[in-house]
Amino acid sequence: MDSTVASTGTEGRTWGGGNRPLKASYGKMMMWFFIVSDALTFSGFLAAYGFSRFKFIQEWPIADEVFTHVPFLHGQELPMIYVAFMTFILIMSSVTMVLAVDAGHHMNKAKVTLYLFLTIIGGAIFVGSQAWEWATFIQGDYGAVQTKGGNILQFGEYVTVDGKEKFKRISIDEFAVTTATERAQHGRNNGLWFVTEASLPPYTVNEIYEGLAANENILVRNQIINEDGEKTVLSREESLRQIKENGKLVVKGANLQVNEYGTALFADFFFFITGFHGFHVFSGVVINIIIFFNVILGTYERRGSYEMVEKVGLYWHFVDLVWVFVFTFFYLV
Amino acid sequence: MAHEHKLEIFRGLWKFKSNTQKIWGVLAFLTFVTAIEVILGIYKPDFLMHTWISPIEGGFFATLVNIILSPFVYMKPLNLIFIILTIIKAYYITWDFMHMRDETKALRRMVVWTAVFLICYLIFILLQEGGYVYDVYFTQDPLIKRDF
Repeated sequence: MDSTVASTGTEGRTWGGGNRPLKASYGKMMMWFFIVSDALTFSGFLAAYGFSRFKFIQEWPIADEVFTHVPFLHGQELPMIYVAFMTFILIMSSVTMVLAVDAGHHMNKAKVTLYLFLTIIGGAIFVGSQAWEWATFIQGDYGAVQTKGGNILQFGEYVTVDGKEKFKRISIDEFAVTTATERAQHGRNNGLWFVTEASLPPYTVNEIYEGLAANENILVRNQIINEDGEKTVLSREESLRQIKENGKLVVKGANLQVNEYGTALFADFFFFITGFHGFHVFSGVVINIIIFFNVILGTYERRGSYEMVEKVGLYWHFVDLVWVFVFTFFYLV
Repeated sequence: MAHEHKLEIFRGLWKFKSNTQKIWGVLAFLTFVTAIEVILGIYKPDFLMHTWISPIEGGFFATLVNIILSPFVYMKPLNLIFIILTIIKAYYITWDFMHMRDETKALRRMVVWTAVFLICYLIFILLQEGGYVYDVYFTQDPLIKRDF
């Protein structure tokens, strides 16, 4: 039987077989390799985000102006605070996870149970926070007008705060003049029965224009970032002209097609990247729950090793690791 | 399973008595770094908002120098600080929470070098291309009109 090589002459060497050169179990190694490939997926997304941002570098939305909300503190502009809280929650749940792994090494079932439970709670808080963040983002706050070219025009006025002139955003609800309109939502009962239309925008462009013309103080700003790193505010005449000639659609909030904060790509990437990460956190929580019950049932106690907690822990830390990067590239940079 | 943990971080500057203590120490450090990021992100100090070196004009070698120094020439110092702090955080999460510090050198390199190389490549290609597309759109006489 010489058709296969049975002896390679490497017996007894590091990679000759029978050894564990990496001193890691199969499961742990495969978890590491999965993490590498998953890290590449996430970097693909973030690099694509970078591509789109470089493409629109002069008009990309400023994250500090978009994510300003904190639950229970309605109407206050507090950029960063809530995401910082979310980041801390996730790092904290990483800590409880690594404490659970450590307790597993000491075969301490009670401690593993406790720390895993805390990890699950942390993960749940994070997913909940992200859902809230999405809801706030989708709902929007000031509203805007989209031009024929797909650019976003926002509204505001100059106010003096602490002796400095500042551009303060104004919601379209505050100045739009509601007029009677003939335009009705196209339902299934009219025309082609199978064709229906999404809910109409809150106002027509004309109503916004009327409101803008009636309020002398309101100005329009476009998305172009000037030398001071702020969006360009147009003059009064230019504001009226832009809305009259170029305004096409009133936008409130964000979805995959339109986005009141700026280029639609920003919302697309926000939904896609934080959504994909949120899905990872969610599956992490589910896996943690399964392992949690296994710990309670004593599966790993009988097995004589809590390595499963360690492997799931690796995945959980990876989710935290990805969030560190998402946090930087979506909210900070 | 007898596990040996390496119980020092910052190249031995900060030593711990047990693994649990090390975990809390790393948490303190990560929280500190995040706090710095958040504070910088909220206040955005003026001197960090503009690049310190402007692109060097001239021929081929000037371009070469610009490429080598690109993080300083083309990036706001604030953003550079954010990215460096992020990588520091990523290092401590991987090394101490995921126990990469305790794995063999071979496993560590398999995972880290592969990922780092491919990610650098990906980022280079896509950002280069994005910058190029921007240049095409925003020349003096662009073929595509976008502002209407």
